[in-house]
Amino acid sequence: MVQTSTAPLPSSARPYVGTGQRRIDGVSKVTGQARYAAEFPADGLLYGHVVSGGALASGEILRIDTRAAEAVAGVVRVYTHENRPRQPWFDSTYQDQVAPPGIPFRPLKDAKIVYSGQPVALVVAQSLEVAAYAASLLEITYREEPFRTDLAAEQSNAYVPPEKRAGIEPPPPDRGDVDRALAEAPVKVEASYFVAAEHHNPMETHASTVVWNDGKLTVYDKIQGVVASKEYLNEVFGLSPDDVHVISPFVGGAFGVGLRPQYQLFLATMAALDLRRSVRVTLTRDQMFTLTYRPHTIQHLALGAERDGRLTAIRHEAVAATSTFEDYQEVVVNWSGLGYRCPNVAFDYKLAKLHTYTPSDMRAPGAATGVYGLECAMDELAHAAGIDPLELRLKNYAEEDANTGKPFTSKQLRECYRQGAERFGWSRRSPRPRSMRDGRELIGWGLATGFWEASMQQTSARAVLSADGGLELATATADIGTGTYTILAQIAADAMGVPIEQVDVKIGDSSLPASPLEGGSWTAASAGSAVQKACFGLREQLFHHARAMEGSPLANEVLERIIFTGGRMEVANDPSRSVVVADVMAALGLEKLAAEETAKPDQDAQENYSGYTHSAIFVEVRVDEELNVVRVTRIVDAVAAGRILNLKTARSQILGGVVFGIGMALEEQSELDHRFGRFMNHNIAEYHIPVNADVRDIDVIFVEEHDDKVSPIGVKGLGEIGIVGTAAAIANAIFHATGKRVRDLPITPDKLLRDDVDGVSSGMARAG
Amino acid sequence: MQATETDTRSGNGTGEPSRIPVVLTINGTERRLEVEPWTTLLDLLRERLDLTGSKKGCDHGQCGACTVLVDDRRVNACLTLAVMLDGASVTTVEGLAQDGQLHPVQDAFVEHDAFQCGYCTPGQICSAVGLLKEGRAQSDDEIRELMSGNLCRCGAYVNIVAAVRQVMDGTGAGR
Repeated sequence: MVQTSTAPLPSSARPYVGTGQRRIDGVSKVTGQARYAAEFPADGLLYGHVVSGGALASGEILRIDTRAAEAVAGVVRVYTHENRPRQPWFDSTYQDQVAPPGIPFRPLKDAKIVYSGQPVALVVAQSLEVAAYAASLLEITYREEPFRTDLAAEQSNAYVPPEKRAGIEPPPPDRGDVDRALAEAPVKVEASYFVAAEHHNPMETHASTVVWNDGKLTVYDKIQGVVASKEYLNEVFGLSPDDVHVISPFVGGAFGVGLRPQYQLFLATMAALDLRRSVRVTLTRDQMFTLTYRPHTIQHLALGAERDGRLTAIRHEAVAATSTFEDYQEVVVNWSGLGYRCPNVAFDYKLAKLHTYTPSDMRAPGAATGVYGLECAMDELAHAAGIDPLELRLKNYAEEDANTGKPFTSKQLRECYRQGAERFGWSRRSPRPRSMRDGRELIGWGLATGFWEASMQQTSARAVLSADGGLELATATADIGTGTYTILAQIAADAMGVPIEQVDVKIGDSSLPASPLEGGSWTAASAGSAVQKACFGLREQLFHHARAMEGSPLANEVLERIIFTGGRMEVANDPSRSVVVADVMAALGLEKLAAEETAKPDQDAQENYSGYTHSAIFVEVRVDEELNVVRVTRIVDAVAAGRILNLKTARSQILGGVVFGIGMALEEQSELDHRFGRFMNHNIAEYHIPVNADVRDIDVIFVEEHDDKVSPIGVKGLGEIGIVGTAAAIANAIFHATGKRVRDLPITPDKLLRDDVDGVSSGMARAG
Repeated sequence: MQATETDTRSGNGTGEPSRIPVVLTINGTERRLEVEPWTTLLDLLRERLDLTGSKKGCDHGQCGACTVLVDDRRVNACLTLAVMLDGASVTTVEGLAQDGQLHPVQDAFVEHDAFQCGYCTPGQICSAVGLLKEGRAQSDDEIRELMSGNLCRCGAYVNIVAAVRQVMDGTGAGR
């Protein structure tokens, strides 16, 4: 029904798509009625508290004494590796939907310690407080083995991952002759850049409430896709599909940490099945730092150019952290092959094993890291060549994806540059560093380009129209704050010509039509296309019924000429010929009419085109000359992301990504203490994320971009693009303000205070 | 991770922890409760009274997700022991709407899309209501500063300031 080549949003009037709509779940969130995973009640609920392992990152548990904990009134059971129920033997059973190559972490598997802070016991008690208190009473002795957590030291042991992670493109083949091009380049820059490890830190900590009912489980889990939790539980606990129902209507932020089922889900389910009781396990904020993280990554870039700024060579190398047991991979260096036109490009992407938990996707995984390096290097090149940074980017504008040789499905990046620069006032920039100031504050203006893959995934959805005019949509997908509920309602309301108030959206439930994890910015395109296709299925059924009715004004009409609007089907350009949808339902005696459809990416478009979202981000910083405190005072982010469904929620997505980028640039770092192999600042007083006072004016521009290839509804997605490039633009603005090039994120005042700052600190490789 | 002290808190000889009677007015309703001395206001609300609108983001007073109004002042419910509040009046996010009508701050939050995942939102809203009562913030910078105890990882700050500003200026659907 849906032709992906024609971007067929309904031909009828579109009162909702493309406008700014209030979130349909907004009232439930502002009144406290929206329930998250730890907030669903259950009769006789027990509370599990996780005991985190000690200050070592490798070794084994020699002895674990649970007697004191068990003696506390109200404690029901203490689970350790010694007394846990039997579990499946094969590691592969524990692989979730996005598990990277390797052996997944298995909670309480045995006495081995594989990372610092790993769960070593679960205390189950009748109250939250008793569980937490009793958990503090375990006496555990360990035998420590040597461990490695220092990425800089492990660079020499880095390796190309032998097995590719599904869905992650390894670096493309090198092209041209980079060595020679660099040797001959009249202008070149070479430097190393460091991105710190970061933890996602959604405001809601991870939690699972497992409601046990005669052997059947209803599981409320914090997850970016209920199907992932359900599949994991079915496999690991050998449960039949009918025995597990996973529900997650609201997710209190995730940013990637909810892509893989986390250990609290395993532990809560294990206890519930064993005790035949309902169990809830909620992680503490500290324990959120024992989950996955954005891998710290060392990058080395070399750029060569002609004197006029035309790129002749790019070499982009990266070494990223992974765990000892899994090879987590993301796309870090590939961006340098498609961001700009350049004949000679070489890539290298390696991993270094550390005794930490496995890193995983965090908002714009790989791109936030790799594009930071590329865009800082481009700024350095602009400075070295004496060319305006914007002009340099326009001079090297890529008209095709040179990594694949394919044209882009659409690319309005030039317009992003133009509109962003105009709004920001870029032409008034004084090119010389330290040349703009206001009193004791140095002012700097910087820019960067953002790139993110635009993709869609196969998704199913059901649309059910009721005789009373109500329209219910159902798909298993998630809304992690992205606005999924609302955009689906908008698409359906437009497709069926009904007021948005009549649309009810059911998501976050494993019993609904299958949907992939919410991630990769693909949900709007995927679930949106599926919902539209289901609505089109309804339209087709309604039209056939209406046309067949006796004396139908639609007789001899074809569906393509029918507009659904105001609860009616009417002939385009002839509204006098129309049928009321409710009359059709009544005439047929139908209480409900349903259509379920599956939307898939268009194979032809996928094979022949390259789909990317683009942005141009302009930043003003003010740096106190004496204190070296950086304030980001103004940001303009111009984004080309295909069709924008909801101006309100779309803008919020970009604002959120940009704020994440501010954190990445100036504040966020999970600091490993190599003596204990532990992230030491494991709370949000010491792990700094942006607060309200850190964020000033952020202006979002959506550049008009028509794309009839990227997805059936022309949507590219917005969840990641806001962060990509932001840290680079801030770093570049700081250079412009201060003349200091800090290549080591986050750029904290101590780094700006150093006199020898033109390089990376923290023991990272110096600039070449 | 290891603790060697023996359990001195939970036992009173009967196997049951000691409970202390308190009277709290919660969202306008007087509640007579018996609470353990270590129970925080947040855990009381969430785990015993099923008022899960107040959120637990850190349990250490670092994030503000648990912000509620105690006698009209904004406090971190996670740092407040329930036994300290005998006779106090507590307003949570569930108590702000009146007669089915959103509080102007709630309405402004929806209108300005001042949240995404919604988890920090009840705390932000209670904090904003407290801020408006305090009357200390006048400029946007002061709003930013005085709302900085409420973290939002989704990064909705620009819209939070706009929502608070709207209510402050009385341009909202005010009561």
